[in-house]
Amino acid sequence: MIQIKNLKKSFGEGDKRITVLEDFSAHMEKGKITAIIGGSGSGKSTVLKHLIGAYRPDSGEIWIDGEEVSQFTGKEINRVRKKFGIMFQSGALFNSLTVEDNVALPMREHTDLNEGTILIMVKMKLEMVGLRGAEHLKPAQLSGGMIKRIALARAIALDPKIVFYDEPSAGLDPISIGVIDKLIMDLSRKMGITSVVVTHEIPSAMRIADKIIMLFKGKIVAEGTPDEIRNSDDPKVIQFIEGSPDGPIPFSKSLTDYGEELKEMSRV
Amino acid sequence: MVRTFFGFIGRRGFEFVDVFENFFKEISGLYYLTRSTLYCTFIEPLRGKPNKWRPVWTQMEEVGVKSTTIVFLVSFLIGVILAFQSAHQLSRLGALEFVGALVGVAILRELGPLMTALVMSGRVGAAFTAEMGTMKVSDEVLALETMALNPVKFLITPRFLALLIMLPCLTIMADLMGILGGFLIGVTTLGIDPVTYVNNSLDAMVVKDVVTGLIKSVVFAVIIVMVGSYMAFVIEGGAEMVGQNTRTAVVVSMILVIIADLIFTSLFFFVI
Repeated sequence: MIQIKNLKKSFGEGDKRITVLEDFSAHMEKGKITAIIGGSGSGKSTVLKHLIGAYRPDSGEIWIDGEEVSQFTGKEINRVRKKFGIMFQSGALFNSLTVEDNVALPMREHTDLNEGTILIMVKMKLEMVGLRGAEHLKPAQLSGGMIKRIALARAIALDPKIVFYDEPSAGLDPISIGVIDKLIMDLSRKMGITSVVVTHEIPSAMRIADKIIMLFKGKIVAEGTPDEIRNSDDPKVIQFIEGSPDGPIPFSKSLTDYGEELKEMSRV
Repeated sequence: MVRTFFGFIGRRGFEFVDVFENFFKEISGLYYLTRSTLYCTFIEPLRGKPNKWRPVWTQMEEVGVKSTTIVFLVSFLIGVILAFQSAHQLSRLGALEFVGALVGVAILRELGPLMTALVMSGRVGAAFTAEMGTMKVSDEVLALETMALNPVKFLITPRFLALLIMLPCLTIMADLMGILGGFLIGVTTLGIDPVTYVNNSLDAMVVKDVVTGLIKSVVFAVIIVMVGSYMAFVIEGGAEMVGQNTRTAVVVSMILVIIADLIFTSLFFFVI
């Protein structure tokens, strides 16, 4: 369904140039859940931004549903975008609209359905995420978990083939995480939606994913089923799963040598 | 010594070039946004993607109807002040009854459109930047794009149309209120005969004054919306940038409004 080949991306210019993705290749199968895990700054959100067409790769190819989309513009990119839904980390619901209008928006803009049909479909989507009855609330009146569920309802409003999840469980309590995990699994298993989940929540990734890709500094360090990842003997993977503060993934994020920097400062 | 001197000049020169480069970057960004807004608002509906009017009504109420009080108050008081100030000077020439003419012409040509635009760039331009900027920061603009919706059409077009319609309307009302303010002071405090006041005013004012005022207000509307929107759309990062850019939007749109006013005044009254 989604195939990424040798994706490269760097930001900045000259000596401030930072390579975020180095040669990222992956294959996300139809109807399966692929989780991309990694610490903050590992490049996992950048992969997602490439998939949704917000960034353009420096080099490499992105195939979605049999089309190479990385160089698409304007109308072409909008045609591809109608094939997928996205659940943003913050939910990104429109604060000026009610829940109902938020979920109805893609249908109102992209289909010719009449208002009655749209409202019925909104109710169905809300029932799927277990929030029927919240139609007339504003996003500001919802809790974090509810916002994510509404965001999911909006993401699947046009019955997409693919749903991208950006940190679906960040900042939620364990029960809400469980609920979101269940929703992601239901959508994928029952409706055959291809899911790509970008997360740093290891337990939830282990629970839901068919395949896990672990990124570190823009490179894939491990790839496989949850069991393969769990039994991996790569120290980086073990450190990430156990959450130890120090190890092959260093504690310090600084790029320069500490001693050198202090010497430099004392010289001035 | 010489090297330091030339080094200094060189550095300053590069800084200067940098400032210029940034300036032109901003100007071209503003130009492209304006172009795509005009395209989305006026050309696309002709190609089978009609504008939705409901958001336009909402925005018209927000920017127009809710601004009437402040615009009325400001323009009424401007009329009063103008009458007082001009009475003092005109009475020394023995031309007190021409206060009406002076107030009328000044309000219609300049102060009505200009004060309305300045009030609106503070009230509405700031609101546009703050609202859309917050949407940009909280990924709502990205969400629109990924839903294959054009943020320009979805966010800017309703505001653009609303202000394009409402600013000339508000300007007409401001003109009337300003003239009314002058009239009230003229016939009460200054003791000018009401009939003389009205006759003198009507003699002095011509249709061209009203029309040029309205043309200006349309241009001001474009400036206010485009600067406000551009400043919102370039926001990256967090709440701090929203505050900064809101301030910049108000300052820049006020300056541009006054510059545009200068250009149009010289065009209408000294060139044509």
